[in-house]
Amino acid sequence: MKSLKDIPVGETGVVVKILGEGALRRRLLDMGITKGVSILVRKLAPLGDPMQIHVRGYELSLRQAEAERIVVE
Amino acid sequence: MKETIIALVGNQNCGKTTLFNDLTGANQYVGNWPGVTVEKKEGHLKGSDNVKIADLPGIYSLSPYSPEEIISRNYALGEDVDSILNLVDASNIERNLYLTTQVMEMGKPVAIALNMMDIVKSRGDKIDVKRLSQLLGCEIIETCGIDGKGVKEAAQAAVKAVGGDVSKQAVIKFAAPVEKAIQGIDELLGAKLPKQTKRWYLVKLFERDKKVLEGLALSSEENKKLNAIVNACEDKLGDDAESIISNERYNFIEAIIKDAVVKNDSVNTISDKIDKLVTSRIFALPIFLGVMFLVYYIAMDSIGADMTDWVNDVLFGEIIQPGVQEWMEGAGCEEWLTSLVVDGIIAGVGAPLGFAPQMAVLFFMLSFLEDCGYMSRIAFIMDKIFRFFGLSGKSFIPLIVSSGCGVPGIMATRTIENERDRRMTIMTTTFIPCGAKLPVIALFSGVIMGGEGWMATAMYFIGIASVILACLILKKCAMFAGDPAPFVMELPPYHMPTLKNLFMHTWERVSDFLKKAGTIIFVCCAAMWFLSSFGFEEGALAMVEDNANSFIGVIGGAIAPIFAPLGFDTWQAVAASITGFVAKEGIVSTIAIVSGLEEPEEVEEAKELFDATRALFPSVSAAFSFLVFNLMDSPCFAAIAAINREMNSKKWTFRAIAFQNIYAYLLCTVIYQFGRVFVEGEAFNAMTGVAAVIVVFAIYLVLRPASEPMELKAKSTAVVKN
Repeated sequence: MKSLKDIPVGETGVVVKILGEGALRRRLLDMGITKGVSILVRKLAPLGDPMQIHVRGYELSLRQAEAERIVVE
Repeated sequence: MKETIIALVGNQNCGKTTLFNDLTGANQYVGNWPGVTVEKKEGHLKGSDNVKIADLPGIYSLSPYSPEEIISRNYALGEDVDSILNLVDASNIERNLYLTTQVMEMGKPVAIALNMMDIVKSRGDKIDVKRLSQLLGCEIIETCGIDGKGVKEAAQAAVKAVGGDVSKQAVIKFAAPVEKAIQGIDELLGAKLPKQTKRWYLVKLFERDKKVLEGLALSSEENKKLNAIVNACEDKLGDDAESIISNERYNFIEAIIKDAVVKNDSVNTISDKIDKLVTSRIFALPIFLGVMFLVYYIAMDSIGADMTDWVNDVLFGEIIQPGVQEWMEGAGCEEWLTSLVVDGIIAGVGAPLGFAPQMAVLFFMLSFLEDCGYMSRIAFIMDKIFRFFGLSGKSFIPLIVSSGCGVPGIMATRTIENERDRRMTIMTTTFIPCGAKLPVIALFSGVIMGGEGWMATAMYFIGIASVILACLILKKCAMFAGDPAPFVMELPPYHMPTLKNLFMHTWERVSDFLKKAGTIIFVCCAAMWFLSSFGFEEGALAMVEDNANSFIGVIGGAIAPIFAPLGFDTWQAVAASITGFVAKEGIVSTIAIVSGLEEPEEVEEAKELFDATRALFPSVSAAFSFLVFNLMDSPCFAAIAAINREMNSKKWTFRAIAFQNIYAYLLCTVIYQFGRVFVEGEAFNAMTGVAAVIVVFAIYLVLRPASEPMELKAKSTAVVKN
């Protein structure tokens, strides 16, 4: 199973599902990370974490630990 | 006629503050929502006194997970709200409409202000506003925050919508199994729900919204039936209720976008180019440090500091104070009255006023960083380092500013969204030595090592180490425990802020400080003046000649034994520490006064004062311990007032002060007791053992497993029947 964390910078993944439950999962859904949406990994922060992604026409940052919960293909 | 209330709802970074400022002008009231430190802003529409606009916090959704979202939905659902003005960022329309779809379900009249159309046009995108308005079933007005175009019309549209027909407003029709479940919930619980906002409640019940369930207080029978309905639907669709609803909302929006928006995907905007440089691997940190240096230099070192020095030294020190003193003495006032007015009241009022110019310059620059979009990049760049201590990347700014002055440092924490990170930053940021502590450091540098320069460096080091140690301890405590706040944060496009907004924001922060903090400082300074000038001499209450007889001297003497483990149990040392609460540099003058010396012009050169101070302490370790204690204990009244303002809670202010003082006390016990043995070469004794226990205890506090987190205390969503 591949997560968003495994997508190299500059490449795109399509969301399959989000693991876990509660506030963080809901937040990711609310920000538009829903099933079938494609996410471009824009870059990593200078220290390697967090990461910047492009989704639904805007820029979003999230930590690697959070990206790990997003299953992509 | 009844006042019309319009709720202004929108995402973060969609230009809501600008719009609100444009709508209300100077007629704003800023406060806090009850029970939480979320800012509440209201104002009357320019030109119509009976239209009130409530600016709700910037939110992305109406989920039950953050205080901002809970406040917003509880407010918007209330009967008082007549219509909703939903601000939508056209340049980020897909995600912005997600909130719109939820607002529509509330059944209140909605008007949409479509902002930032200029960006859409410059990108070469096209939005068919008329078509969008048809699809959403409400009026849409194009607005522009920069020149204020359309703003008035948007407000008029919201006023016009009041009491109108809402049946055309687009409410999503979910997939058949979901609608069936919602219908089932309606049959089960519909009678308990208000008519107007029913659809919203039904969808929330389907999502198993915790706060709505709390508000309804269902019987266990009802709960079971509700669960059965939702479970059946989840099984059928193979997903959980929250995901189902979010997916459907975005599907609905995608369909709208397809119909009304044409996107030109190929452009590389200026914002993209700036971002590429500013957060690149190589240049991000140098640029960041450069920006920080500039902010610090301008506010704390050059323009801001010069203005503050002028207010303190010239305006108050040379013009007002001597002027009033001369005038009062000339008018034949009693000596005590002149002293109260000049040394107590004017000095007390002058202290917070002196901070104002520096704060204005600082907040102007911070507003700029925030509005232009760089502030969220700071969090992005620094997150990895600060998360380790349990702080936010944005904590860097308060810490840097605090090395100039703790008051603006504490106030700068307001850019930190997460309440936990913000409180922790407030509690620890004054460990960094501020400008007023430098004369104290200079004095003890002279006392301990004949004026070696590295004493200041050592104190900054202890300050930074204390911030880290305190955070490592605090993040394990129940009140701060739990997973680090999620860092799912929008990185908005860069843009040029408007001067009007920057000035309004700056004025708001400075005047707020002067009004609220000023009064506390004033009362405390007047009280301290009384305690240090008065006392019983020859059996009568009078202004004292001998400081040992002043109330401060007597109090200092009485509580001095408490400081025996720290090595300074003389009344002089304790009284000096107490006067440090008015202003930390006051410690130097108090030591001079109690030693019968004039306050020195140049602390570094005051050989006599060095000797006098040395005489107050039994050893070098004791003097060092005194210095560290006065840098790490709770800050001056002005900073305490700022803590109280930002915590917006007496309980948390008290916790902060208690934590700082206990930390300083224990740290200095260790410093003195170990210093006594290892530096002075005295024998081990019981107190050395106590110090060792403190060290072991501190290590335990850092390494222990985290406590169970305290529950998020936010009000449940009350269900008001109408």
